Amino acid sequence: MLAVPMTNPGQGPLLEIQDLKTHFPMRGNPFSRTKSVVKAVDGVSFTVQPGETLGLVGESGCGKTTLGRSIVRLEQPTSGQVLFEGRDLRDLPPKEMKRVRRDIQMIFQDPKGSLDPRMRVSEIVGEGLAVQDTVPRNDRDELVSEMLAVVGLRKEYLHRYPHEFSGGQRQRIGIARALMLHPKLVIADEAVSALDVSVQSQVLNLLADLQRDFQLTYVFIAHDLSVVEYISDRVGVMYLGKIVEIAPAGELYANPLMPYSQALLSAIPGGPRTRGRQRIALRGEVPSPLDPPSGCPFRTRCWKAQDICSSVPPPLVEQEPGHFAACHFAEAI
Amino acid sequence: MGTDGLANAAPSGTTLLEVRDLHTYFPTRRGVVKAVNGVSFEVEAASSLGIVGESGSGKSVMSLSIMGLIEPPGYIASGSVIFKGRDITGLRDAEMRSIRGREIGLVFQEPMSALNPVYKVGDQVIEALRAHARIGRSEARDRAIELFRLVGIPAPEQRVKEYPRSLSGGMRQRVVIAMAIANNPQLAILDEPTTALDVTTQAQILDLVRDLGERLETAVVLITHDIAVVSEMCSQVIVMYGGRIMERATSAQIVDDPKHPYTVGLISSVPSPELKGQRLRAIDGSVPNPLAMPSGCPFATRCPNVMEQCAAMPPTVTLNDRRQVACWLFQ
Repeated sequence: MLAVPMTNPGQGPLLEIQDLKTHFPMRGNPFSRTKSVVKAVDGVSFTVQPGETLGLVGESGCGKTTLGRSIVRLEQPTSGQVLFEGRDLRDLPPKEMKRVRRDIQMIFQDPKGSLDPRMRVSEIVGEGLAVQDTVPRNDRDELVSEMLAVVGLRKEYLHRYPHEFSGGQRQRIGIARALMLHPKLVIADEAVSALDVSVQSQVLNLLADLQRDFQLTYVFIAHDLSVVEYISDRVGVMYLGKIVEIAPAGELYANPLMPYSQALLSAIPGGPRTRGRQRIALRGEVPSPLDPPSGCPFRTRCWKAQDICSSVPPPLVEQEPGHFAACHFAEAI
Repeated sequence: MGTDGLANAAPSGTTLLEVRDLHTYFPTRRGVVKAVNGVSFEVEAASSLGIVGESGSGKSVMSLSIMGLIEPPGYIASGSVIFKGRDITGLRDAEMRSIRGREIGLVFQEPMSALNPVYKVGDQVIEALRAHARIGRSEARDRAIELFRLVGIPAPEQRVKEYPRSLSGGMRQRVVIAMAIANNPQLAILDEPTTALDVTTQAQILDLVRDLGERLETAVVLITHDIAVVSEMCSQVIVMYGGRIMERATSAQIVDDPKHPYTVGLISSVPSPELKGQRLRAIDGSVPNPLAMPSGCPFATRCPNVMEQCAAMPPTVTLNDRRQVACWLFQ
């Protein structure tokens, strides 16, 4: 096992991912004996402490969404472990798993696509209560309208349909649904990406308030590097199914050690001007996850690549306290 | 053509495009949507202008109005678009086509919508060239390859033979940019050109646009929701809201010292490392229903400084630092 990044070894982590792999077999050529496999998540390990926000960034196809879905088991991991409060979710009997599902909830990107247009707000937000059957039917609407108030929506909205709301309001409905069962861990996948910036800031403020009031732990997945820096305590950078660097947010953004992270962060618009750093132009494009490079996944585009990078996959090792990077030649710019 | 063909370029400092009190309306069953509601600005030759706004601000309808691409029942209710001293507002399609693609290049958000999936990308660039210039096929082909090289497409001789689907999003957008600059236009209008792209690809495309604008002396109008992109790319910025211009200033003024309450709210809504751990100063509420826009200042319903006068649309005033603001606070 590679070193598992930990920030606070004294306290048990809420979530611990060990060498998680989620591979998707592709329907290949029937005459070919080799089956092709998309390695969407390919050996990811990290921990999340209670109350922490872990941000995950990366470009499209890096596997960050699959990783989030694998944690809540919307995707079936191929191998590896997802430990929630020390228990491996893969071994849980269905009854136990249903219990744990209350504790792990998800907020999705597109509030339009993730809310059933034929269901009323009361049914959408109260669906978890119905499934878990922990409160009598008659009390559900009362609890739902309390939750609507928590996320800044009026009680009168209870009997309306999703299309009657703006994008920001729909995202609040999605947040209310996620919080209805009082989860401990919330996976937010591009939760504010579809929103205009003035509405995005309202929702970011709401997420911060809820974290404080409900002692939530977030895994915040997004492509917007500035949003992730703002909201996260620690940030992991993904590339081709692997975490290539993970560190406290301020440390990572000020001092990225792995060349891909350096290039990614230098591409933040307005960044080079305000941060006084040169933009690093990447050559080429992300290789196909069907046929990832041997060794380091980034070596085909890396300006530091040597022979060792194609033969030995660089382990994710602690380069500085709390700062892990997977690179044979990790160093600050 | 290419880097040396600057015969088409107008001297800088002259007004290339002028939009005068433009109103573009869309009648619907429930009333008229005034998507663009009295917008005026100019673009100088070889300059760069950014237009920022959130959804519903009217920024895209405005760019379509300039290009004569408003689909009925939408129509330009009043105002005019003057390009190189000529009113092009009511031009017939055939005349407009001779300007679009030749003198004004266009790049939209989704490159696939600008490319025909069943033709090779090289042939599409050749078609764009031959639509506006009397050149033979083989000459056009050489130019297409040269254009591909200019926009940073590797192995252009091979790439011209490929279909759009086999190119990545970034490469497709480069092809669209090659088509837009094929006839060495004096003005390029780019509407959210990098919104669908990843951040490293976005950085490459923005670098390309900046480089081409300077080398070809093409004026660039960049329309986007992303204030960071505009501040990096453009010297002048227009901030739109509810179909109107709220503020026009240099990008440094907009980012470091915004004046209009909407611009102030927009800038402080953007998460930045300095604000970590603090609440963002969000703008309350959301954009009003386009059918129920306030009759005065469109921002009045969300403005923290709203006053009685705001029931009437404030005139645009020019402040000492040469910026323009449409707000009663500055009268």
